[in-house]
Amino acid sequence: MTQEPKVRLRGVYKIFGSEPESMMPHVHGGMGKEELLAEHKHVLGLQDINVDMQAGEITVVMGLSGSGKSTLIRHLNRLIEPTAGEILIDGDDVMKQSESGLRALRQERMSMVFQKFALLPHRTVLQNAAMSLNVRGMDVQTQEKEAAKWLDRVGLGGYENRYPSQLSGGMQQRVGIARALTANTDIMLMDEAFSALDPLIRTDMQNLLLELQAELQKTIIFITHDLDEALKLADHLVILKDGAVVQQGEPQGILLNPADPYIEDFVSDINRARVLRVKSVMGALSAKKFSGDVQLTDNLESLIALSEGDTSNIYRVLDGETPVGQLDMRDLVKALVPRISSAA
Amino acid sequence: MAFYDWVFDGLGLREWCDSDTSAAPLSMADLLAQAGNDEGGEGVPFPSLDALNESCGTVSQTRDLTAGIEDAFLAAKSSLKLVLDPITQPLSWALDGALWLFQAVPWFVMIPLLVLLTWYVARSFAVTVFVALSFLFLGFIDHLDVAMQTLAIIFVCTGLSVILGVPIGIAMSKSDTMQRASIPVLDLLQTLPSFVYLIPLIFLFSVTESKLYGIAIILYAIVPIIRLTDLGIRLVDKDVIEAADAFGMTNRQKLIKVQLPLALPNIMAGVNQTIMMSLAMVVIASLVSAPGLGVLVLRGIRNLELGVGIVAGIGIVLLAVILDRTSKAALSRVDMGRNQN
Ligand SMILES: Nc1ncnc2c1ncn2[C@@H]1O[C@H](COP(=O)(O)OP(=O)(O)OP(=O)(O)O)[C@@H](O)[C@H]1O
Ligand SMILES: [Mg+2]
Repeated sequence: MTQEPKVRLRGVYKIFGSEPESMMPHVHGGMGKEELLAEHKHVLGLQDINVDMQAGEITVVMGLSGSGKSTLIRHLNRLIEPTAGEILIDGDDVMKQSESGLRALRQERMSMVFQKFALLPHRTVLQNAAMSLNVRGMDVQTQEKEAAKWLDRVGLGGYENRYPSQLSGGMQQRVGIARALTANTDIMLMDEAFSALDPLIRTDMQNLLLELQAELQKTIIFITHDLDEALKLADHLVILKDGAVVQQGEPQGILLNPADPYIEDFVSDINRARVLRVKSVMGALSAKKFSGDVQLTDNLESLIALSEGDTSNIYRVLDGETPVGQLDMRDLVKALVPRISSAA
Repeated sequence: MAFYDWVFDGLGLREWCDSDTSAAPLSMADLLAQAGNDEGGEGVPFPSLDALNESCGTVSQTRDLTAGIEDAFLAAKSSLKLVLDPITQPLSWALDGALWLFQAVPWFVMIPLLVLLTWYVARSFAVTVFVALSFLFLGFIDHLDVAMQTLAIIFVCTGLSVILGVPIGIAMSKSDTMQRASIPVLDLLQTLPSFVYLIPLIFLFSVTESKLYGIAIILYAIVPIIRLTDLGIRLVDKDVIEAADAFGMTNRQKLIKVQLPLALPNIMAGVNQTIMMSLAMVVIASLVSAPGLGVLVLRGIRNLELGVGIVAGIGIVLLAVILDRTSKAALSRVDMGRNQN
């Protein structure tokens, strides 16, 4: 990728406590989260985070509760100040911004969607969606026109004059998304935006997000603790543990080659056939005869159905019309077996 | 020979004690105490200032302490007055103006106005009818004038309490230091019996000035509005505040668009309490020439005019219920607006 990343974190550390700066030498000396808490009463929130987030992609940050996901995403708009490190947006260091520069950044270049929706209860749905424009001091007509447009886009046309408490959770989060879209920013930060919703609504919202993303190509940073959600949405997946990045990269790659037991654990429960795609397990074209053609982006589940369980089949893989490789069903079966290092 | 002589002798302080034997003249109480002591004879007296003074003239007596406080206060009085007088003068004007207005407007205008006001803030049919009937009843038993005086004072004092209290509450909610410093003062204002802070006020201002009772009422009634503004703002959902920050609101925008509206139910509860406390205090303040129903209660006590006192008491209860119901109805209206379903 030649393009410069939209958002770039370089060597970011965050330590919570009374004297975070003085803890840096300990952390550089290799002290872990638990030791630091036990010996110095400081919480190591993030350690040495280096992540590049590309424009137009969804970067998903995943980790268990307490792994530092919320802390990480709040560094991007400086709701939390880093203890050390650089945060670059379009190449500008956020840390060097003045107070008004930071406000402009939050108003015009980044918007945020929250786990608990965080809507203003005393404002109508329309006023909530228009919040970002209201903050910028835009005239009421423009505010309402834009807000109504995006409310309509997320499927809330006709609810403009309700209050948030009159809506269901899923609808409230649609307002949250409309509010972020109305801000018309390149970057959208979503902290467990769908975690509070029940599974069906959640799938709906994920589809809505993918649909909007196909249309708008925003740079989205999405936090989740759910691997299925991460795999569904991610272009780039970052896995956090105890405030450190354990692995990052293309999600299929992580699934096939987990870097450590923590991630193996994570991925062992997943329905691999549904998540893995032909692209990730195919080999170079070598066979003469094929049992049929499949698409690069098909998932393995559909292939198993196609082959009716016959492992001797070999399929030709097409990217649109052009052949790009072949898929041996035996490789497919191997890919379905999760790698467990503890078994070795 | 006094009981504690041996202490001073033992410490070799006898000389120091006798160096200043110009002891203050004995008061009647001292004389009585001494007489009592001589008869009682045995027992160990508490080593109080007075007991020690008997053995050693240099030690002050307790009444020197109270005299000292008084002297210090009197010494500071003129400079305090120089500062406080001009600052508080508008309070006198406001009180006198309101008293004049509430009495100058004829009853057939005043009662409908008050009933309309009730309807406007409470939007409750029952409350409005109750208020109208109460005022008519007060008029019927010839207590409307005094009730209006009481009401005028309450309006002015509550209004000023809100104007001063809300910003103080906001400041407290913004700064933990400010909160820690203010809470003991608020506790003190709320727990001191009201009579106690009338005393220094009487020294500072003349009893003929309305601001004297105005200040007494405000000091007492401002506490809940400050506390509940502070509490209300601190209780605003952290997530909503974070959203406000994330969308780049300035502190001012955050206060006006988010914190104050969300704290409003608590602030209104504070206003309700402030009104009730001004009413309680305006009765006591009749001791220092506040006009109104309290004066009649006082007359009832002084002259043992049972009927006068009780009728005035009923008037106060009526006012209390009116004010409470109206402000509570306004409060629940705000609450309802939040979660209209
Ligand atoms: N203000 C703070 N002071 C002290 N420690 C904090 C603070 N905020 C977060 N932490 C600690 O930092 C770590 C990471 O917290 P964070 O909220 O980022 O986790 P998370 O991954 O978002 O978890 P969850 O899934 O529960 O939201 C936790 O151990 C937490 O206790
Ligand atoms: Mg979190």
